Amino acid sequence: MTLSELNPGQKGTIVSFTDPEMAVKLMEMGCLPGEEVEVERCAPLGDPIAIRVAGYQLCLRKTEAAVIIIQ
Amino acid sequence: MADLKVALVGNPNTGKSTLFNLLTGLNQKIGNFPGITVDKKTGYSKLPSGKTAEIIDLPGTYSLYPKSKDESIVFQVLADKNNASHPDMIVLVADSTNLRRNLLLFSQVADLGIPMLLVLNMADMAKKEGIDIDTDKLAERLGVQVVNISARKGEGLTELKQAIAQTTAIATQNNSISAKDFAPIAIDAIKQKIGTDNDYYALQVLHQHEHLAFFTEKEQEEIEAIEIGNGFDTVKLQGEETVARYKHLSKVLTDVVTDTGAEKKFTFTDKLDSILTHKVWGFLIFIFILFFIFNAIFSWSSMPMDMIEGSFAALTEWGHEYLPAGVLTDLLLDGVVAGLGGIVIFIPQIAILFALISILEDTGYMARVTFMMDKIMRKFGLSGKSVVPMIGGIACAVPSIMSARNIESWKDRIITIMVTPLVSCSARLPVYTLLISLVVPDEKVLGFFSLQGLTLMAMYLISIIAAVLVALVFKFIIKAKERSYFIMELPVYRMPRWKNVLYTMYEKSKTFVIEAGKVIIAISIILWVMSTYGPSSRFEAIDKKYNTIEATSTDTVQLASLERDRSAEKLENSYAGIIGKTIEPVIKPLGYDWKIGIALITSFAAREAFVGTMATIYSVEGSDDEAVGEMRLRDKIAAAKDPETGLPIFTFAAAFSLMLFYAFAMQCMSTVAIVYRETKSWKWPIIQLVYMTVMAYVAALIAYQFLSP
Repeated sequence: MTLSELNPGQKGTIVSFTDPEMAVKLMEMGCLPGEEVEVERCAPLGDPIAIRVAGYQLCLRKTEAAVIIIQ
Repeated sequence: MADLKVALVGNPNTGKSTLFNLLTGLNQKIGNFPGITVDKKTGYSKLPSGKTAEIIDLPGTYSLYPKSKDESIVFQVLADKNNASHPDMIVLVADSTNLRRNLLLFSQVADLGIPMLLVLNMADMAKKEGIDIDTDKLAERLGVQVVNISARKGEGLTELKQAIAQTTAIATQNNSISAKDFAPIAIDAIKQKIGTDNDYYALQVLHQHEHLAFFTEKEQEEIEAIEIGNGFDTVKLQGEETVARYKHLSKVLTDVVTDTGAEKKFTFTDKLDSILTHKVWGFLIFIFILFFIFNAIFSWSSMPMDMIEGSFAALTEWGHEYLPAGVLTDLLLDGVVAGLGGIVIFIPQIAILFALISILEDTGYMARVTFMMDKIMRKFGLSGKSVVPMIGGIACAVPSIMSARNIESWKDRIITIMVTPLVSCSARLPVYTLLISLVVPDEKVLGFFSLQGLTLMAMYLISIIAAVLVALVFKFIIKAKERSYFIMELPVYRMPRWKNVLYTMYEKSKTFVIEAGKVIIAISIILWVMSTYGPSSRFEAIDKKYNTIEATSTDTVQLASLERDRSAEKLENSYAGIIGKTIEPVIKPLGYDWKIGIALITSFAAREAFVGTMATIYSVEGSDDEAVGEMRLRDKIAAAKDPETGLPIFTFAAAFSLMLFYAFAMQCMSTVAIVYRETKSWKWPIIQLVYMTVMAYVAALIAYQFLSP
């Protein structure tokens, strides 16, 4: 499953990415395979989402979260 | 001249700018990187050794592989040894509370082989959050000096300056990953081609040579050929390199960082976020904050603005009284000083807007606004980050367009810049109020709402709707240059750094005065000349006519009124007047005569010139009492009649047509100048000028033709 399918409060572990270009950006910002990620909250209109990863908070659009495959 | 060039490099939100301000004080300037269209901040710092260091603040980035135009500067400057900004050493600023991610950039930069040191900022905060860093061990493993500072509190500065002075001219950092393994043959070929012995530099050249302007076209082709010949897959290799670097960093950080309570850092932020980004409260609080900003820009600035206006008026009056009368004095006072006054008057609003915006940014709230608004704004081709400039546009488009620099995506930023001037700014307010008071009856609707107030609000609504719709059009026209990302850090909430707020106020006001000022003064002088001079035959005839009449009159009141008539007639026959008459056929369908034509022309420099021009044309004597002065102007304008038909000129239809024209037209030289400065090309200001003028004309035409009986 992908990160975009998680609901706020749910956790997962990053396995891989479906988009190599986005993967570089995400890894540079701390989203590494093996890292635990938790969906913190959705924006009031449902998109983007805020996640907690590697000790800090990131926000990203759902389309971007969809490239992150999690366990 | 500096003895040493030091570049500050680091992730966004690491306090790099705060450190820059601390090191340089007000001794800083903004310039351009040679050949690159991004602002360069430099300043000077005195080192304990007595030497002076030139400090260069490079844009914040997570990696040497750029995702936006700003970020691409970092590698361009570090790669080009002949670049005037190429540093002798690098200070890498890292956030102690998130060391691993920050060290990714460190390890990339270190591999370029430039002398450097590592600054661990927010050391105090890390300690509070239970993060303990063994700096000695870290320094040993990295092979560079490591300095703990707290830029926010100003701690550790002396030690940092000492460390900068002690940094050796030869790089000492240890090897991290083996860059050569990623593309051994291609890297060897590049090393031979460009004459370097640094593997990682060669690898970066393979990745990013398109961004490096110092390679000739032939060299670019040769590098490209090496890339293709070796099947160099840039995206795949960037990914592999990033993974390898993190692996290496895990080893480096083992036993260096002990984290006993990382979760603590978020409890306060989480609580605030559950309110500030709440479905209902989030938007209500946001609207309240907007209202506060809007209100502050108007109410806090009114006193300083009155004072500035007053002092410039006094200066002009004083000048006319004491300086020798003549053309030069007139040019100086009515051209240059008047133009200068038109710029300086905006400083309070600019300073207040930027102070409030930098507080919102510093506390971390702005990132949440972006987060909340992104979905709505994206529908119109904008981004969550467009909200701030567009709201600021209600005060003044100039600082708002400057604040659009925070938008990383080029397309989103251009669209934001293109539509922000449509939002009704404070300079349109006097035009609206004058025209509304002329044609909208002072009545109450439902016994409560003032009809005039509602009309004014409608004008603001129309302008915001227009901005959003135009953005939608641009969304389909403009092609994206780079992929738009919204992956963004949500920093924890913090108290604003008041010093930074002050620096921002000072810096933005200064930039505005200098950059926009040049253009405004030039235009003011041209306008002054055009409305003061006309064909000499016509002017001589007018002078002769009034000299004869005045010679026979002794009544001082009548004399004064004759003088006014003389200047009115001169204005009519001045070059500006002649142009007004020339364009009359074009503006006739909108319901305007040549006098409004002159006002339209003088408003080209700044729309607030409208009321002043109307006052001059209708030869209203200035009065100390503003209300009386405006009443007279209003009466005169209301009484103005078309000489051919004998019907009033300012009908309901004409006034609305004029208001729509002012709502949509780009009548602001400062905005044109700032759009040029921000986009670094004349293309965008010209497109903007054309589309806004066409839109204004068409809207005014439809309104007049539809409303006139």
